[in-house]
Amino acid sequence: MSKPVAFLSSSVGRKMLMALSGLFLCSFLLVHLYINLFLFKQDQGAEFEMYGHFMATYPLIRPLEIGLFAGFLLHGVIGIWLWIMNRRARPVRYSVSRAGDNSTLSSRIMWATGTVVGIFLVIHVNGFFVQSRFITPERPMFEIVREAFTNPWLVAFYLIALAFLAYHLKHGFQSAFQTFGLRYSRYERLIEFVGMLFWLLVPLGFAAMPLYFLWAY
Amino acid sequence: MNFTLKIWRQKNRTDKGKLVTYAVSNIPPDASFLEVLDVLNGDLVRKGEEPVAFDHDCREGICGSCGIMIEGRAHGPNRKAATCELRMRSFPDGDTLTVEPWRARPFPVIKDLVVDRSAFDRIMQAGGYVSVKTGQAPDANAIPVPKHHAEEAMDAAACIGCGACVATCPNGSAMLFVAAKVSQLALLPQGHAERKERVERMLAQMDAEGFGSCSNTYACEAECPKQVSVQHIARLNREFVRATAL
Ligand code: HEM
Ligand code: SF4
Ligand code: FES
Repeated sequence: MSKPVAFLSSSVGRKMLMALSGLFLCSFLLVHLYINLFLFKQDQGAEFEMYGHFMATYPLIRPLEIGLFAGFLLHGVIGIWLWIMNRRARPVRYSVSRAGDNSTLSSRIMWATGTVVGIFLVIHVNGFFVQSRFITPERPMFEIVREAFTNPWLVAFYLIALAFLAYHLKHGFQSAFQTFGLRYSRYERLIEFVGMLFWLLVPLGFAAMPLYFLWAY
Repeated sequence: MNFTLKIWRQKNRTDKGKLVTYAVSNIPPDASFLEVLDVLNGDLVRKGEEPVAFDHDCREGICGSCGIMIEGRAHGPNRKAATCELRMRSFPDGDTLTVEPWRARPFPVIKDLVVDRSAFDRIMQAGGYVSVKTGQAPDANAIPVPKHHAEEAMDAAACIGCGACVATCPNGSAMLFVAAKVSQLALLPQGHAERKERVERMLAQMDAEGFGSCSNTYACEAECPKQVSVQHIARLNREFVRATAL
């Protein structure tokens, strides 16, 4: 067997694709958060708009967008596939289960938290990205954001979805490093610390935006 | 002590099986769980009924045969213990306990609480060995082994192949078992000759048997009677990358 075939045909290889795509999506979250922080600048969205314009017109961004889309697709498809295979590994279930005694809830429901995040993403991308890129490209993004986040129902939906994202990342971030075999090394403490900052602060940072708009406008 | 036991009864591989309720009484608190099954079986035989089939051998926590799911926990609620080491004083008097066989597609039930664990044997046959020439024992210092490698290899070698990791894993994954074997041999010089083939072959056999994949819930480590650590799974993952990607 050639090496790439051996890698991909093993369940461990597929797990590594899961971890790779997961961390790639995490890196995207950081970039996304960084740009969105300009929404807080008291300039009626001028600098935020500049970044938006850059994203919409700079040619190198296109392949990145396609890569990001592929990353989401890969992560979601392999995730659900692994989950189905794992269900099949136990066709007869226990009549008494005390799973809570030996594992965390967040680690056991990754398929569910991931699916909620996935559904949220479809709505989110449709509401902002598709609107501003294809439907009303002349409208400033800042306007679209303000309109969306002054709707309390939509804000509530965003907050709930972000809570699911946080829960997905609570297990996912450190899990990816275990998958790469990097935990239980000299980096263990660092991974745990960064992981905690990540799963708490990133969703909180995103949650601050709808809350801010609801409060300020 | 008195207990109500709801035990999985299944005549053979094809029988559907069901939970049957039994009462056991006058159990000394220091009796092991297997001894309670012995008492129950004595009663059943006297009544002319079929005794409950269960696996056991050493009854001192070293053979790994006594795998039973007790009230939703592999080998019962205690950590670091096989079912034979579980004493009835761990339960409140009058408790009702549901007793089930290991559940996983690669571990089909043969009868009652006995499952076929030969999938583990086939994984071992796929690569859990070293090709060394027999002959005189080599000089003790001829092959230097760092102390921490020897210690970690011993920790991995403590695995008794009981299958509790599979039974308790939400995914029915055998990663802790396979990791213990791969890690033990990867840490020692004797294992280096087949290092790459071993991890590939054992993992391929694991997948072929129908075990699930690891999602790092760490339930296996919590239930392992020998406390094999999931750090061996991390090492297995590194060995896999070394064999297939580097
Ligand atoms: C921003 C979006 C997302 C991020 C940042 C993210 C991140 C991660 C990370 C880092 C992992 C850990 C990988 C590992 O255990 O090695 C993971 C696992 C997982 N993700 Fe996501 N994810 C996202 C969206 C999704 C979506 C949309 C789904 C869709 C179903 C999903 C399903 C899963 C599943 C099932 C796992 C567990 C895989 C396993 O442990 O076997 N995720 N995710
Ligand atoms: S790793 Fe632990 S739980 Fe799994 S088979 Fe070995 S001894 Fe049993
Ligand atoms: S009977 Fe041998 S480990 Fe329990």
